[in-house]
Amino acid sequence: MTSIGTGYDLSASTYSPDGRIFQVEYANKAVENSGTAIGLRVKDGIVLAVEKLVHSKLLVPEANRRIQTVDRHVGLATAGLLADGRQLANRARDESLNYRDSWKQPIPLKYLADRLGLYVQVYTLYSSVRPFGISTIVGGIDENGPTLYVIEPSGVFFGYHGAAVGKGKQLAKTEMEKLKLSELTTRQAVMEAARIIHLVHDDAKEKDFELELSWIGDETNGLHLPVPKDLFEEADKAARAALETFE
Amino acid sequence: MFRNTYDSDNTVFSPQGRLHQVEYALEAVKQGSAAVGLRSKTHSVLLALKRSSGELASYQQKMFRIDDHVGIAIAGLTSDARVLSNFMRQQAMSSKMVFNRPAPVNRLVSAIADKAQVNTQEYGRRPYGVGFLVIGLDQSGPHLYEFSPSGNSYEYYAMSIGARSQSAKTYLEKYYESFADCSLEELIKHGLHALRETLQQDKALNVNNTSIGILGPASVHETGIPPSGSFRILEGESIQPFLDTMVPKDVPPPAAPSGGAADEDVQMQE
Amino acid sequence: MDHFPTNWGRPRNDAYDAYGTYPIAQRPYNGPKDTFEAGVQRTQQPIVTGTSVLALKYKDGIMMAADNLASYGSLARFKDIERLYPVGNNTVIGAGGDMSDFQYIQSLLDSLMIEEFTAQDGHSLGPKEIHEYLSQVMYGRRSKINPLWNSLIVGGFKDGKRFLAYVDLLGTTYSASTLATGYGAYIAQPLLRKAIEGYEDVLTEEQAEKIITECLKVLFYRDARSLNKYQIATITDKGVNVSESRSMETTWSFAEGIRGYGSQTQ
Repeated sequence: MTSIGTGYDLSASTYSPDGRIFQVEYANKAVENSGTAIGLRVKDGIVLAVEKLVHSKLLVPEANRRIQTVDRHVGLATAGLLADGRQLANRARDESLNYRDSWKQPIPLKYLADRLGLYVQVYTLYSSVRPFGISTIVGGIDENGPTLYVIEPSGVFFGYHGAAVGKGKQLAKTEMEKLKLSELTTRQAVMEAARIIHLVHDDAKEKDFELELSWIGDETNGLHLPVPKDLFEEADKAARAALETFE
Repeated sequence: MFRNTYDSDNTVFSPQGRLHQVEYALEAVKQGSAAVGLRSKTHSVLLALKRSSGELASYQQKMFRIDDHVGIAIAGLTSDARVLSNFMRQQAMSSKMVFNRPAPVNRLVSAIADKAQVNTQEYGRRPYGVGFLVIGLDQSGPHLYEFSPSGNSYEYYAMSIGARSQSAKTYLEKYYESFADCSLEELIKHGLHALRETLQQDKALNVNNTSIGILGPASVHETGIPPSGSFRILEGESIQPFLDTMVPKDVPPPAAPSGGAADEDVQMQE
Repeated sequence: MDHFPTNWGRPRNDAYDAYGTYPIAQRPYNGPKDTFEAGVQRTQQPIVTGTSVLALKYKDGIMMAADNLASYGSLARFKDIERLYPVGNNTVIGAGGDMSDFQYIQSLLDSLMIEEFTAQDGHSLGPKEIHEYLSQVMYGRRSKINPLWNSLIVGGFKDGKRFLAYVDLLGTTYSASTLATGYGAYIAQPLLRKAIEGYEDVLTEEQAEKIITECLKVLFYRDARSLNKYQIATITDKGVNVSESRSMETTWSFAEGIRGYGSQTQ
C-alpha cells in the first residue's frame, strides 16, 4: 500500500498529497474485518440482520446482541468495532430523547441519520481523536413509512432499500438486488434476510457464527423488537435448507 | 523506539484497521495473575490466584464486592480496577436509591465498557489496563460477564482472564456443558481445577494464594449465609474444605511453555 | 480547540456527561448561570387543577378512578382531561393537583420508559420502581423549594403482586388497600375503607367497580370541583386497561328546597 511509511496516514487531521485521508480509509478496514450486517426496507417495515461471529464456544448464545434499539421505532446495527457501535448507539439514544423532549414526537429517521452523520464526521477532523471504526445501519418507521440509512466512518450517509456493511457486503448486495424489496412483506423479508446472512457466511474461512434478527412493522406495532422465536427458527431453518440447494 | 509506526497512541488506526494501543492494553491484563469465573443454574462463582511481592508482603487483593448481588475478580492494573469498581458501586447504589431496584448486572458491565471505549478513541489518555470477570444475580438468574479494556463486554458460561488464562480456558471449554447442573461444591471444584492450570510448574493452590467469590445459596462448608445468597469472598482457612475436594493431577500436564507466550495472539475483538 | 467530543454540538443538557469523558478535576461547568437567581420565584400555587383520584385493591388487581375535569380556579375549564396515565404494561398513575406539572411528569416517565425499552435486556420498571422514582423526583423538587404540585397514586400489578401507593408534592409516601387524593381523602376514603378493608382478596371486579363508582358519585355531589364524567382503570395480570370516559346519572331534585340552589323567592 502506498500510504504506509509516508507519514501521511498517521492522523485524521492530515491529507495525503493526492487529497485522501488515510485514517478514515483504515477505519473502513476495521469495518471490512467484521461480520456482515444487513438491513432491508420493504413494503411495510424494516428488517435488520447480522452475522455475529462467535469467538468462543463459552459465550452464552443470544445474550450478546449486536443489533441495538435506539428508540421505540428505531433499530441500529453496526459492523466494525463493537465498542464504537455501543458509543454511537448511546449518542443516537441521546439525540432521539432530545428530539422527543423538544417536539413531543418520535424522531424522523432522516433527522437522526443526519445528526449521527455530523457526529461521526467530527471524529474525522482532528488528530486528537480517531474516526469511528464502524459502518452503521439505522432503520425505522416514521411518518414517511419505513426508512433505512447507512452511516460510514467518514460521516457520509445514504438512504437505501437494501443495505449491507461488513465483510460480506458485496455478496449480500448482489443478493438483495435480486429481490423486489418494495413488494415484500416484513415477514417475507425476515426469511430473505436470514437466507442472505447464511449465504454470505464463509464456513471455510470463518469461525462459527450466530444469526441475529430484528424487525419493525405492523406486526410489532411499530416497535423495534427481536424477531420472535418461532419465526426466527422458521427463517433459520429455511435459510439452511436454501443453502443446501444453492450449493 | 516503538514496535511499529501505528502504535504510538489510541487515535491511530493501523492500515489493517487495528488499534495497537488497545491491543497492548489487553496485554496488560495478561500481566496480572489469573482469575476464573463460571456459573450453574443456581450459582455464579469466581476464583482467583493472588500474588505477593515477597515473604514479608501480603497478597494483593483480586476480588471486590460491588453490591449484594454483584462481585468482580480482576486481572491487570489494580489501581485502574479500583477506579472502575468504585464507579460500578456508584451505579449500583444509584439504582437502589432511585428505583429501589438492584442494578441489572448487564447494565453495570455495559456502563464500564462504555467508559472504557472513550479511552480507546481519544488522545491524551490510555485505555484501562485491567480486565474484569463480573458475576451477578438478578431476576434472570446467575450471570458471568467479561469486561476488557477494549470496551467490549460479553456474557459467558465460563471464562478466565490473566496470565496463562488460555490453559484454564481449555479446561473450561472441555467441561462447560456440565456446569449448568453442578452443585456449588462441584462448580468450585471445576473452578479450582481450571485455576490450577494457570500455575507455574512448581506452584500449587493454597489457602493463602486463592480467593473464592460466591453468589447463591450457601455451600455445606459455609455458615451464616443469608438465604438470598449475597456475594461473599472466601479467603484463608475457610477455603481449605474446597481445596480438599480437588483431584490431584496424577499425570503431569502437557508441558506448556512458561510465561504468557502460551497465549494466542491478542487481538481486539470486533 | 476543545478536545472533548462531548462538547461538540451536544444538542441540549450541556452539562450532561453520560460517558464520563472528563477527568473530574477538569469537568467544565456548563450549567445555567442565572444572574437574577435571587429574584426568581418558584411555584406558589397550582393553576389548572384536577381533583380526587380514588384507588383500591380487589381480588384480581388494582382499580383506579378519576374524573375528566381540569378546573381553573372555580371555573370548570377543561372537561376532557385524562388523569389516569398508563406507564408501561404493569402500571397506572393517577394525578390530582396541577395538570401542567402532571403533564411534565408524564413526559419524564415516557423518557424513562423509552430508555428502559431501548436496553432490550428483559429488565423492566414495574410499579414499585416507578413509585420509588416518583418519590425521589417529588422529594427532590420540594427540597429545591420548587415542588411539582401533585398528589399521585401509583397502582400496578406485576409478578402476581398488587401494588398501590401514594406520593405527593412533599415527597410523602404511604401505602394502603384504599387510597384517595384531594377532596376524596376526606369524603371517599372512609367509604372505601369500610367497603374494602378485609375484603381485598374476595371482591370481584364488578363489586369493586360498583363501590368506586358510588364513591365518585358521592364526590360529585359534595365536591364543587368535580365532574360526573370519569374513567376507571384496572391493572391485573392481563395488563393495563383504562376505560373510555363515561357519565353517571345524578338527580338534583332534592336540592330544590335548598336555599341558594332552587327557585327561592327570598
